[in-house]
Amino acid sequence: MKVRVHVSLKPGVLDPQGRAIHHSLEGLGFSGVNEVRAGRLIELDVADSVTDEALDDMCRKLLANMVIENYRIEKVAT
Amino acid sequence: MTFCCAVVTFPGSNCDRDMAVALEKVSGTAPLRVWHGDADLPEGLDFIALPGGFSYGDYLRCGAIASRSPIMRAVVEAANRGVPVLGVCNGFQVLTESGLLPGALLRNSVIRFVCRDVKLRVENAQSLFTSGYEAGQEILIPVAHHDGNYFADEATLDRLEGEGRVAFRYAEDVNGSSRQIAGVLNGAGNVLGMMPHPERAIEATHGGTDGRALFESAMKALVGA
Repeated sequence: MKVRVHVSLKPGVLDPQGRAIHHSLEGLGFSGVNEVRAGRLIELDVADSVTDEALDDMCRKLLANMVIENYRIEKVAT
Repeated sequence: MTFCCAVVTFPGSNCDRDMAVALEKVSGTAPLRVWHGDADLPEGLDFIALPGGFSYGDYLRCGAIASRSPIMRAVVEAANRGVPVLGVCNGFQVLTESGLLPGALLRNSVIRFVCRDVKLRVENAQSLFTSGYEAGQEILIPVAHHDGNYFADEATLDRLEGEGRVAFRYAEDVNGSSRQIAGVLNGAGNVLGMMPHPERAIEATHGGTDGRALFESAMKALVGA
């Protein structure tokens, strides 16, 4: 089973990388971009026996830092 | 009485030797060296140091993988028993990732790697690590980091301030840290994490010796030297 874990900074947490990307986009002449937030995509290939609870546990224990990040688990149809 | 300390090395640590040299200069005893893959710490430790560097190449998040390595289970257990633990730079990141200290270290607000001497204000001069300083004293300690922007929610920051757990504060904005916090203590006061490098300010040839009192404070508190 393919799983995508989308990790993003919580609202309100400063994102200097997103700001730099935003700045760079403006430098390239793209207008109308209000805000950029950078996150992380982690793709997992796991056995079908891996439960939703286990995936959630993986996110909380390692893949995301719950102090500053949120995560979303997406199961990809194969 | 000898001061029995250990320096933990992770793959990618690069200040472990500096830390070991500083501890030896101050205590007269060479620290034990511990590898990340070890499951146990040596018996009878007075002090554990987590050094700076780029453990596991900063993969995933700075300090994230190191904080889940076998030795860290033993370090967390020792810290919870009251053994003093100092984490500097990447060591601070490992401490927040392991949950021993609150908050997290984000990318510097200025984006750039910051590498220079900075002025710190000693906020709490009563801790095990800081009793050799005066409250409010300004000291000069080098920083060298890309991810030193301390973040915690407002309630946590208020709690840290209220409980005297802000050990050091930058005298100026260095990296965007919330309330210019440079170093924090755990609730029991036996764990200190800080981004600046006291082990790089031990001898006059380093350009300053303001870091020395930190190690001397710990030694005095622990072995009465």
